[in-house]
Amino acid sequence: MLKINHLKVSYGGIKALNDISFEVPAGKIVTLIGANGAGKSTTLRSIIGLVKTDSGEILYNDTNIVGLPTNKIVGQGIALVPEGRRTFPDMTVLENLKIGAYLRTDKSQIQEDIDWIYSIFPRLKERHWQQAGTLSGGEQQMLAVGRALMSRPKLMMMDEPSLGLAPIVVQEIFSIIRKINQDGVTILLIEQNANMALRTADFGYVLATGHITMHGTGKELLENEEIRAAYLGKKKKK
Amino acid sequence: MKKSTKTLFNIIAVSIILAILIFLEMNKRKFSYDISIIERSMIYAVAAVAMNLTNGFTGLFSLGQAGFMAIGAYTVALLTIPVEARAGVFYVTGMNEFLSKIELPFIPALLLGGLFAAILAGLIGIPVLRLKSDYLAIATLGFSEIIRSIIASPQLNMITNGSYGLKKIPRFSSIFVPIALCCLCILIIVLLINSSYGRAFKAIREDETAAEAMGINLFKHKLTSFMISSFFTGVAGGLLASYMGTIDSGTFKITLTYDILLIVVLGGMGSVTGSILGSFLVTAGREWLRFFDQPLKVGNWQVPLFRTGFRMVVFSVLLMVVVLFYSKGLMGSKEFSWEGLVRFFKNLFTRKQKLNGGVSNGK
Repeated sequence: MLKINHLKVSYGGIKALNDISFEVPAGKIVTLIGANGAGKSTTLRSIIGLVKTDSGEILYNDTNIVGLPTNKIVGQGIALVPEGRRTFPDMTVLENLKIGAYLRTDKSQIQEDIDWIYSIFPRLKERHWQQAGTLSGGEQQMLAVGRALMSRPKLMMMDEPSLGLAPIVVQEIFSIIRKINQDGVTILLIEQNANMALRTADFGYVLATGHITMHGTGKELLENEEIRAAYLGKKKKK
Repeated sequence: MKKSTKTLFNIIAVSIILAILIFLEMNKRKFSYDISIIERSMIYAVAAVAMNLTNGFTGLFSLGQAGFMAIGAYTVALLTIPVEARAGVFYVTGMNEFLSKIELPFIPALLLGGLFAAILAGLIGIPVLRLKSDYLAIATLGFSEIIRSIIASPQLNMITNGSYGLKKIPRFSSIFVPIALCCLCILIIVLLINSSYGRAFKAIREDETAAEAMGINLFKHKLTSFMISSFFTGVAGGLLASYMGTIDSGTFKITLTYDILLIVVLGGMGSVTGSILGSFLVTAGREWLRFFDQPLKVGNWQVPLFRTGFRMVVFSVLLMVVVLFYSKGLMGSKEFSWEGLVRFFKNLFTRKQKLNGGVSNGK
């Protein structure tokens, strides 16, 4: 569904992404893991067109989407759940959800989808009139996910959904990610919480200083000694 | 509160306002001063609500109001001054041949004034809207001064009558004309704010990057908001021209922008009803405080501070007090509702009770 070929991005001379290639097959959950500054967020931001790329291609359903404006890319069915949630704090939960459906014109369908989001996140229904800024961190993350889903994406990209959340809430978010995936949405997930991410994902890629250093199925990477040492905090077996 | 009670309240409020307006209209001579305050407040309210659309709802800090009002005002003035009166107005250089024959009724002239303002906003918006916050404010402020200087320049004597100004602009035939037009303008802006476009504007205000990631085209929306706001600012300018009867470039100095900004901030950024309330308070407040300008004698003692200009000191102090107690403006980003009004009075009452209780406990 999404194929990245030799993507390079730099911020004023500093190379953030140095020739990375990976693939997100339709219907799967793919995760990119890596430390701070590895280029994970940059990857997502360049896919959705918020960052200019130096070279390389981003193929979405076999067409190159590099250089398209963000609104066109979102219109083609890619949604982003941004890092740090970034809900609109002074707007109500319902307004936030409606903004997610901004590019859609099918009014009756939108109402149905709001009900669908409420069925995934009953908490949002209870609080639909509240200003998003008054929600707890976990609820805001749910809202950010719900808002992204409102554009009816085929591919949903999530930037560190577990950031700053209590472990029990993280568990909840990840089980919802799996559920959304079962509903037919392909997911590209970025995480520092490598353990949870690899357990959830079908495929994983490890990103370090702008390079992909390793890849494999989630299970394979979980069992890999180097990854256990570097990202899961477990000592190598002697 | 039930919906039917609210509708009832709305009907009662509208009929009371209508009754007052009809009463004022019937006693025009006697109440000409009050009528002029109401008309000016309503015109400022349109300009303030339009400014709120960019500054409060879209988060663009623009200070070009006076310039756009000047464009609207001069368009309306030039197109509506009766042809036979024009020689008297342009007594120095005479009026441009082509322009001197065109006379339009008030409403088309008003629309044209708004349209010119919007077109100009579009032209300057393309480079200027790439700037953010303070820089945008400085750029639009400069633009507004440029418009004013161009209007006052001797080279344009044949068109704008330069620094001599324009007079004999036909006045409103009744109080209903400006009020109806102002209400219509505000209604249109409110409908826009509550549409999906308005939601997108608010999203841009809250978080540009997140809004962009939702598929909102930032530049297009900012430009739309800026142009629509300028259109209504131009219309407000046109109404102001007809309200005043005479205008010159000095009318549209930077202080006019600050007046509108004051109204918006006082009423609350992001509240339409706040802007309307602010407009009435600022416009009427300045007039009510006029007694501070008159000399006051208590017995034989002449109170020393009461002289011309003291009114503005009192006004400024009052503003500071309001801003201290209502740091987000009178209405914040909320809108007027009957529930809110009831709650306001309830709070006022209970707070007093608490205070009284506190005193008796202290004894």
